[in-house]
Amino acid sequence: MVFDELRNGEVRDVEDFSREHASVIKELRQLPAIEFRDVELAFDDQIILDKVSFTVKRGETKFVLGGSGTGKSTIINLILGLLKPDAGHILIEGEDITHFDDVELMRIRQNIGMVFQEGALFDSLSVYDNVAYRLHESKTPEDEVEHEVRRMLRFVDLEAAIDKMPSELSGGMRRRVGIARALVGNPSIVLFDEPTAGLDPPTARTICELAIKLRDIEDVSSIFVTHEMNNLEYISTEYAILDREGGVHFELEGKTRCQVNTEVIMLRQGQIVFSGRDEPLRASPDPYIQRFLNGK
Amino acid sequence: MNLITQFLFELQAITNLLWRSIKGLAKKPRYFSDIIVQMDQIGVGSLGIVVLTGFFTGGVLILQAYPTLAYYGAQSNAGQGVATALIRELGPVLSALMVAGRVGSAIAAELGSMVVSQQIAAMRALGTSPVRKLVTPRLIAMLICLPLLTIAADLFGLIGGGIVANQLYGLDTNTYVASVRTGTDINALLTGIIKPIFFGLLIALISCEKGLTTTGGTAGVGVSTTQAVVLSSICVIISDFFLSKLLQSALESTLF
Repeated sequence: MVFDELRNGEVRDVEDFSREHASVIKELRQLPAIEFRDVELAFDDQIILDKVSFTVKRGETKFVLGGSGTGKSTIINLILGLLKPDAGHILIEGEDITHFDDVELMRIRQNIGMVFQEGALFDSLSVYDNVAYRLHESKTPEDEVEHEVRRMLRFVDLEAAIDKMPSELSGGMRRRVGIARALVGNPSIVLFDEPTAGLDPPTARTICELAIKLRDIEDVSSIFVTHEMNNLEYISTEYAILDREGGVHFELEGKTRCQVNTEVIMLRQGQIVFSGRDEPLRASPDPYIQRFLNGK
Repeated sequence: MNLITQFLFELQAITNLLWRSIKGLAKKPRYFSDIIVQMDQIGVGSLGIVVLTGFFTGGVLILQAYPTLAYYGAQSNAGQGVATALIRELGPVLSALMVAGRVGSAIAAELGSMVVSQQIAAMRALGTSPVRKLVTPRLIAMLICLPLLTIAADLFGLIGGGIVANQLYGLDTNTYVASVRTGTDINALLTGIIKPIFFGLLIALISCEKGLTTTGGTAGVGVSTTQAVVLSSICVIISDFFLSKLLQSALESTLF
């Protein structure tokens, strides 16, 4: 592999390396971060996913909408390799992971961050240890661990809570710590499983801003599973920019950039009934979609 | 699903968990610090109740047996009876039952809560095997601690028996100790050590398996906890009979 020497830390000058392998890098950049090809899954007689195909491009946020039991969270479990499809293929950054064993999946998971509905923080570990979990597992030296944990907690604006236990945190804080934990190791893919469920609107907005920052500033590809329409409103119409001092600002689509890098798929009974940008979704005459969007 | 099918499925799940725990030992990372933490929680944490159980069981054995022995003029053999009953049977079984109640329930509840709050899924998503991180340390800690706890229960049972024999019935301490030594042979000691190793394996595997397969939210955690304690206790009592028979035959055929 071209990148073995980079992975092994043998490359002295990264810029030289990038110039030398520009064509390969360009090719890799064009590979979708996530790709589903005709994925099928059923539990007993119940069909969960029926020939589902979609791609998530690099740096793109893909919203997965749909009612309860339509297979939204199943998509996330399939990407993580926690479930295996009955048919079809799942590709992560060009690698077909469909038949990977546990050891190979562990390698893939290193590059994926997962944000759970309730944060899923380890109750017996402090905020520091939760965020540092992945680094402690890989036996990273403690000074590097602390630097990385503080950097991630600053990203979610929770550095002050570093020594707290999860039981001392509010629901929104737990989700933000969950995001910090998912971002350790700079994963290129982040999966959000209903991260704003049950949160008050300002806290939900904070979580959405983090997702926007990840997309526009960190160039992270993500899947955002949600029921909340205001999440779609924020993330599909706003983008984040950095000012000269490094501060983050959010602007509405069209002010400086013409389009934000976000698309939507909508599931119904295991099938994709809509795929595209948010404007056509809102304009769709499909009664199921209109009912989902407007609640009536 | 009928009872036999259910039993076979349970057996398959537990065997599978045992195999994966053993495989977990062969690969890095190994969680030695977690084993120490579990040994503290299982071993040190259970020492008090196990010692109390042993002490009063030894005492009550003498309390009940002494009058009958005295009737036949065999009161000098009281220690022998306590030693045989405690070391071979009551020490291992009662310690295992106390640990199943205290530790088995805690393991099932902790792992069950982790399942319903998605902590197990998070662990897998973060690239850690829950079996290697959670099950293997608990299993090893249990295999080390339960035999040690049983030895403590046996010792305090013999002390309890001695105190009751001396204080209530006026039996000479030297006579009691000599009688205990007569009742303590190598077969009894081996039986008393092998049994808790097997019981520890059962309790740890059943409790971990019940915890990790919890479904149905917080109510499911309660169900898993109850099932872990009930199943562990029943398995300890049933396997004790077969294990006793097996060890009896095996040890009698050896030089001991």
